[in-house]
Amino acid sequence: MTDGLQISGSLRRRLTLQLVGSAAFLAMLLFFAVLAFARDVAQQTHDSILLASATSIMDSVSVQADEITVDIPYAALSMLGNVSDDRVFYRVATRGQVLTGYQDLPSTSQSVRSGHSAFDTLIYKGDSIRMVTSSRRLSLNGAPADIIISVAQTRDGQAAQLTQLARSALQLGLGFFLVATVLAFWTAQSSIRPLKQLTEAVSRRGPKDLRPVRRPVPSEMVPLVLSLNQFIARLRVSLSRSEDFIAEAAHRVRTPLATVRAQAEITLLRVDKPENRASLREMIRAIDESSRAAGQLLDHAMVTFRTDSLERKAIDLGDLTRELVDRLHPIAELKDIALTYDGSPLPQITGDQILIQNAVRNILDNAIKYSPYESAIQVSTRQSGNTVLIQVEDEAGGFADMDTDALTHRFVRGKNAAGTIGSGLGLTIAREVVEAHGGTLIIETSRSGAGACVSLSFPLA
Amino acid sequence: MRIPFISLGLITALVTLAGSAWAFEVEEHRHFGADNARTLKILSTTDTELLAPLIDSFLQRYPGVAIDYTSATSAEVMKAIMVEGQQFDLALSSAMDLQIKLANDGYTRTHHSDAVELIPVWATWRNHVFAFSQEPASIVISPAAFAGLEIPRSRQQLISLLRKHPDRFRGRIGTYDVATSGLGYLFATQDARTSESYWRLMEIMGGLKIKLYCCSGDMIESVANGDIAVAYNVLGSYARARKDLATRIEIIEPEDYTNMMLRTAVILQTAEHPNLAGAFIDHLLRAAWDSPELPEYPFYRYPIAELAQNAPFRPIQLGPGLLVFLDHLKRKRFLAEWHSTVQQN
Repeated sequence: MTDGLQISGSLRRRLTLQLVGSAAFLAMLLFFAVLAFARDVAQQTHDSILLASATSIMDSVSVQADEITVDIPYAALSMLGNVSDDRVFYRVATRGQVLTGYQDLPSTSQSVRSGHSAFDTLIYKGDSIRMVTSSRRLSLNGAPADIIISVAQTRDGQAAQLTQLARSALQLGLGFFLVATVLAFWTAQSSIRPLKQLTEAVSRRGPKDLRPVRRPVPSEMVPLVLSLNQFIARLRVSLSRSEDFIAEAAHRVRTPLATVRAQAEITLLRVDKPENRASLREMIRAIDESSRAAGQLLDHAMVTFRTDSLERKAIDLGDLTRELVDRLHPIAELKDIALTYDGSPLPQITGDQILIQNAVRNILDNAIKYSPYESAIQVSTRQSGNTVLIQVEDEAGGFADMDTDALTHRFVRGKNAAGTIGSGLGLTIAREVVEAHGGTLIIETSRSGAGACVSLSFPLA
Repeated sequence: MRIPFISLGLITALVTLAGSAWAFEVEEHRHFGADNARTLKILSTTDTELLAPLIDSFLQRYPGVAIDYTSATSAEVMKAIMVEGQQFDLALSSAMDLQIKLANDGYTRTHHSDAVELIPVWATWRNHVFAFSQEPASIVISPAAFAGLEIPRSRQQLISLLRKHPDRFRGRIGTYDVATSGLGYLFATQDARTSESYWRLMEIMGGLKIKLYCCSGDMIESVANGDIAVAYNVLGSYARARKDLATRIEIIEPEDYTNMMLRTAVILQTAEHPNLAGAFIDHLLRAAWDSPELPEYPFYRYPIAELAQNAPFRPIQLGPGLLVFLDHLKRKRFLAEWHSTVQQN
């Protein structure tokens, strides 16, 4: 199929790869987006608990007897313990002086205005901590005093939570990728399907089928199909032109040939010298051969023309065959050949009567022509399953082990054809007619072994 | 937390004299096992006598191991570790808040094992602090002093009883001096956190001239002697351990709620044998939570309470909440309030 064609990649593979590639990219994007989102949410949750803790400590700050006191509520730190098992640190300071808590807790780098708070991620005692710093201004001895409260917690729990979330996000991303990959394969398959269907439709066509492609195709394929149709049309025109030319040529040749033959026969009557008579006979034989070839070329052109637009009418193959046998009886008798017909009533088939007549006549012509004197030709018709068979059996010696399929090609003749006038087009015409009707032509050795058996089978409608 | 056995006191005195290398105050120091073996150094607030059987069974399972056991008060334990940076493998303490503080401030190591999986979730914090006992804050009374009266089963009943019979109990009530006893402070703060009835009780007890004690042992002895009729917030495990006084005291675990102190163990950062220390913790945890019960386990095994369950037994929650009461401003305020309630002169 791909002889002489250079293959540059595969559309389906390219489409699949691109889709899978984008799926991988999107899955990765999804993974990182979910992760970033989860990290944000986890951070915000943690921050809000830290802030709640700092706020509840802030609420417990009061000035008593000109002294700032803090009464840290139990819940302020226990609420942090309920969220995770992380370590908790805090500090309450004012005017640069630590009132209570962890002295060495690092300070925020941000400036925190009264009533506001700031969050930092810092390192303390070798661990990463998240710290909130809240500030409030109190009045102490008539002077303002900023209370700075820091509450910090290590982030092991958050890290564990994030690991868990990362695993979930990874699963999500992988799942997305897998589903997308399956869909990518399916998409590629289904996008390529119209192309495949067109290919199948075109390659399924018979060798004579030069109709333009009419099936619906996707818009992207319209230019291709249009070009293909134009190409087919050109091919058709060029083919029919050459067939026309051949028919015309054959026709033009046949008439002068008839004149030449008549003249040659008249001359033969007048000539006495044996060598002249012999050469004249040779001439007449050659003229016969040419005229027969021209006739068959005409036949062939006619068959080709008619198969393009097959006429479909009900035909009784039995009647058709009997008629032909009757018509050819005189010719067979010239060689003392017993031409017999045996047929039972048959169901009708639909087809082109003229073509089928032509085909059967060609087969019978061949049989009579190649049969020796005083032999027999048996013609029979019968129904075999869903087909109607016309069989012609002769005693002409058969085709031995020659490729019987090749015989049906143009201008190929059997080994026993030497010395007999013929063009080699007879079987070709018969085969083309049968195939145009959806049937088959089979050449076998006859049952007696003395000759060939040609079967034309036509399907019942 | 000291049980003043006479022999123990003698040893303590000797150790205190001999062990001048210790800057912190050691109560008792004892070596278990061969001298040249791998030695696990344990610093503990639990009396040596109490844990000795468990230590022996551990040494049987791990031949070639010795244990160097030092006991001290919880405050001294903290001082040794946090201030002096003494080298020990393990710290066992009844001061839950201080153990949490050690873990929170990075003085401890994490430990994972099969035995850790056995214990309830509330019995560990961050896999650093592991509880190996549940000991109730009980009320110990003298049945003789309550002759003719109904034995109170809850704080409310005790309050109404004290109100009805002030003369009978005046000067005959005792509790921890929360200013000097770490455990007393822990019980008091948990009481105050749990119920308002605590302050009412303290107010009435203060009005009846409450006596303040340093330790559970002294209170139990005083009740047994008849010096006092009621001791509030006594470590129930110590009272149970005094089988010799069983007829002269009665232990009440209040039905409204009973705080459960959890004795905890931590592996210290300075540990030289952290794996061996982990094995010792596993040994304690199996004795405390696994079945079958070991005869050498010195504490009563209470059923494992679920935190959500509204049972009277409430294990004190291990976690950063305990750090709140260690805050020096918080402590100052609490003690001020407590003293003003209890000492009404």
